[in-house]
Amino acid sequence: MQENRKHLLGLEGVPAEEIKLILDTAESFKEVLDRPIPKVPTLRGKTIVNLFFEASTRTRFSFELAEKRLSADTLNFSTTASSVKKGETLRDTAQNIEAMKVDMVVIRHPASGAPHFLRHWIKGSVINAGDGCHEHPTQALLDMKTIQGIHNEFKGLRVAIVGDIIHSRVARSNIYGLTTMGAEVALCAPAPLIPYEAEKWNLKTFYNVDDAIAWADVLMVLRIQLERQSQNFFPTLREYHNYFGITRERLEKANKKITLMHPGPINRGIELDSDLADDPEYSVILDQVTNGVAIRMAILYLLSGETK
Amino acid sequence: MERKVKAKIIDETGLKRTITRLSHEIVERNHGTEIIAAVGIRTRGAFVAERIVKEIERIESKKIPLGILDITMYRDDFRQRLKQPVLQQTDIPFNIDEKNIVLIDDVLYTGRTIRAALDALMSFGRPAQIQLAVLVDRGHRELPIKPDYVGKNIPTSIGEEIQVKLKEVDDEDCVLLVEAPLGEW
Repeated sequence: MQENRKHLLGLEGVPAEEIKLILDTAESFKEVLDRPIPKVPTLRGKTIVNLFFEASTRTRFSFELAEKRLSADTLNFSTTASSVKKGETLRDTAQNIEAMKVDMVVIRHPASGAPHFLRHWIKGSVINAGDGCHEHPTQALLDMKTIQGIHNEFKGLRVAIVGDIIHSRVARSNIYGLTTMGAEVALCAPAPLIPYEAEKWNLKTFYNVDDAIAWADVLMVLRIQLERQSQNFFPTLREYHNYFGITRERLEKANKKITLMHPGPINRGIELDSDLADDPEYSVILDQVTNGVAIRMAILYLLSGETK
Repeated sequence: MERKVKAKIIDETGLKRTITRLSHEIVERNHGTEIIAAVGIRTRGAFVAERIVKEIERIESKKIPLGILDITMYRDDFRQRLKQPVLQQTDIPFNIDEKNIVLIDDVLYTGRTIRAALDALMSFGRPAQIQLAVLVDRGHRELPIKPDYVGKNIPTSIGEEIQVKLKEVDDEDCVLLVEAPLGEW
């Protein structure tokens, strides 16, 4: 880890050697998770608070499990059961948590930039667990760990990100991380779901999903974020499925080995056929979840040395 | 940084003899190789363990299981460090339950590494016994830990350091007594 890195706010600008260090460190923690007693005393005495201002199962459980496997003390905060309901601001919440001498804060927030804001109000480390439509670095790192487990090398690997890219923090973090590591990334979605910033990323873009499948080694399928579809980005879900849904027929037509990923939660039958999601021939979706705990342990470990 | 060498305490031939003697002692104490397994502590302890396993195989024509332990996650100086040490892999590819585990390291000093290794081992199961073999015991224990097999006792002062060099990672096989750099003690 870079000498001065204290927070993990995003993967934009994180150099390849740091990403590699995180992935390597996670490998050591994967071994810990396979032990009869899968717990190490590494973060004993550290206090970590999980601030979740937005619904989450995988990420929150994964962080909590990672913290417990490292013997840290954890506090969980969710908006429905906290003073935020009474109108407390993020800054006040943060300062109160700071007053309780917390070493690290894991934050998920519907507003992009919330973790960056939080960092100014607390002394501990801040880890972004997803901020609005901006970044979700730990998800991208666990995706990269999963890809590494299958393909070994990033250089020259073709990863197509398919689906609701405009709303996806997972896509953004993966684009930054994967391109830094030397993979080729392409986007595939109906035009309204490709963000303006895609021009700056300078990535190959497919508007036909069959072309994307023919090109890719890895398909990263994104959830259609129904809760963020305030405007009409496409006419109907059925039409989306017909044109962009990943189906068995489409994969078999490509007639090659392809790795299927999805950050979850899946809208079965919309962006991805239900039986494909469960087919170990293609899908590594549950490996992603397993790797998530090891990746988060690695990040907590690497950031924890600098709080003193 | 090159440190001033005060004496070469064990040379290549001596090191070979020491490994041979330690291997004999281990087999003798455990009445054969039936229930023993070796676990070396990274980095150099792992290589010493590998050599002992090879030597036992030569003497007894039986290969005992070998595991490698990285104790970084169990260190007690965690809170005093600013930068995290790089983790390496632990690899214990056998069940340690009911086995006599011979824990192997190159230098025994304060005993804190061994304390960490004992904790780490316990999360893999419940061995019948854990024995400790070290190439060099340099004294200055800070914890109540005592080795079962010692290659050589070398009384040292705090301002000195023992360097074990092994061909697996260094350019020669030997044990040196060197002056510790200022600021480390």
